Amino acid sequence: MADLLTAAPATAKPAPSPRARDRRRARRNTLIGWSFILPNFLGFAVLTLVPVIAAFTLSFMEWDSYNPPEWVGLDNFQRLLDDESTKIALRNTAFYALGHVPLTMLAALGLALLLNRRIAGVGFFRAAAFFPYITSLVAVAIVWNMLFNPEFGPVNQFLQFIGVDDPPGWTTSTTWAMPAVILTSVWRDMGYYMVLFLAGLQAIPHEQYEAATVDGASTWQRFRAVTLPGLRPVTFLVLILLTVQSFKVFDLIVVMTDGGPGRATLVLSQQIYRRGIIEGEFGYASAISLVLFMLVLVFTLAQFWFNNRRERR
Amino acid sequence: MTTAASEPARGAFALVRRVVLYVVLGLAALAILVPFLWMISASLKRNNDVFTIPVQWIPKDFQWHNFADIWSRVPLATYLGNTVFLSLVITLLQVLTGSFAAYGFAKVRFRGRDVLFMLYIATIAVPWQAYMIPQYIMMQKAGLTDTFWSLILLQAFGAFGVFLMRQYYLTIPDELCEAARVDGLSEYGIWARIMLPLSKPALASLALLTFVNTWNDYMGPFIYLTSNDLWTIQLGLRSFVGQFDADYAMIMTGSVLSVLPITIIFLLGQRHFIQGIATSGMKG
Repeated sequence: MADLLTAAPATAKPAPSPRARDRRRARRNTLIGWSFILPNFLGFAVLTLVPVIAAFTLSFMEWDSYNPPEWVGLDNFQRLLDDESTKIALRNTAFYALGHVPLTMLAALGLALLLNRRIAGVGFFRAAAFFPYITSLVAVAIVWNMLFNPEFGPVNQFLQFIGVDDPPGWTTSTTWAMPAVILTSVWRDMGYYMVLFLAGLQAIPHEQYEAATVDGASTWQRFRAVTLPGLRPVTFLVLILLTVQSFKVFDLIVVMTDGGPGRATLVLSQQIYRRGIIEGEFGYASAISLVLFMLVLVFTLAQFWFNNRRERR
Repeated sequence: MTTAASEPARGAFALVRRVVLYVVLGLAALAILVPFLWMISASLKRNNDVFTIPVQWIPKDFQWHNFADIWSRVPLATYLGNTVFLSLVITLLQVLTGSFAAYGFAKVRFRGRDVLFMLYIATIAVPWQAYMIPQYIMMQKAGLTDTFWSLILLQAFGAFGVFLMRQYYLTIPDELCEAARVDGLSEYGIWARIMLPLSKPALASLALLTFVNTWNDYMGPFIYLTSNDLWTIQLGLRSFVGQFDADYAMIMTGSVLSVLPITIIFLLGQRHFIQGIATSGMKG
């Protein structure tokens, strides 16, 4: 008995304080948490995070494949202001956005309104509208190039059929190449945004329509008073996504016109690619990247701001 | 005010409305699908018949042998093999590492977690064109340009997969994990035995979107792959245009073959595509 009593302090450790236990558990959780995230994070950090930071730094440096990098401050941005093709690329990108954003939005909203009903076979029609979005862009661009063929293409044959005597030269004409690209991209993207609009339409409470009907509102009045206000959050989301997507336009242009004829469809992404990867002017190309990033950032921040404001209400 | 006499008239009116609706829907679907119809039609024609005035929508005599000939005229089998390999490897890695990391972000509480997640989200907002130059320099320095490694490394660890899976895991109640912990399951066990089976719809969405994106990707292979024997179907298809010069029928045959696998996958997994897009609302 006495033995036990005297031996007790030596064998039994003092009971761990609750705070120490919490700390141990927190450390264990941190280890476990990181072990889950690490496989992805390693790849993400090395191949996305580092390049993102590098892109910022590079834009203040002069660096090509032959000479070591050298800090040049704002020289690259100065050069950007004098570079004719960068200015053309910026203007063309804006032109593309001005066509692509409103037209895709209208087409997507129209499709969503048309297909937001419970009727037999609606699934098929939705799938048909969505289908262009998931097919290979290369195949799509090649087909549209053929459809837009100025002499023999079905598009111009149709235009002549409805009485347009002198249909445009589309991708062979400096004036009409960009509209041809815009039309192709509207056709390709409208199904994607239709899905977002459909989700928005289904979120509008049915009672609002019933109340409007009881009040004697016509279909048009119901659209104006119930549908449009109800869709406002989705419309804003679509507007931002479309604008950002337009600034980034790249593959469609590369495959369909490769920036031509001349520089008629040259866009920013392509200019970054040409200056950076083809000509190896890493610093200057990164400065153009930074411009593209800033353009995208403004619109992304606008969306964050809008979302926060809505959640606070 | 309804009277007995107006009932049949109303029925007839509803019928007319319904017919008009279906006609409108049918015309819209036809207009949207016309480029594909043209593609299929041209792929079955003699080259001289592709561009005719007026357009010949149904080929005069079907040239089925186009679909046999193309395999010997271009290394289509190599292109397809490369594309299947890349798409499968990248999809597998993205789904595995993405859902694994998503569990850490959604169900394990630790310091710094939310800051880390903000980093992921922030890079989704940066267009990849803005950092493609540093990526390219890194790959060049590592000697990985013109290998599959470059594309696998660049595309398998995307933030998008982590984001999509995390959103889904957040909808699974924490009590479920808590109960499993009490039963003695480790965190890894909870991920493998509880979360993965429960998140099948999200996994399917992520896998399908990644697979289709990789299959259709043009810019990645365009920037990184120069050797013809590494080319994917998209690069091959683009090169047909120069190679066959004016052999439009052959080019369209290649296009049909490149779109076909994606069409089948889309028809089988349509629901998951649409869900993936509706829940994430961001991609590309």
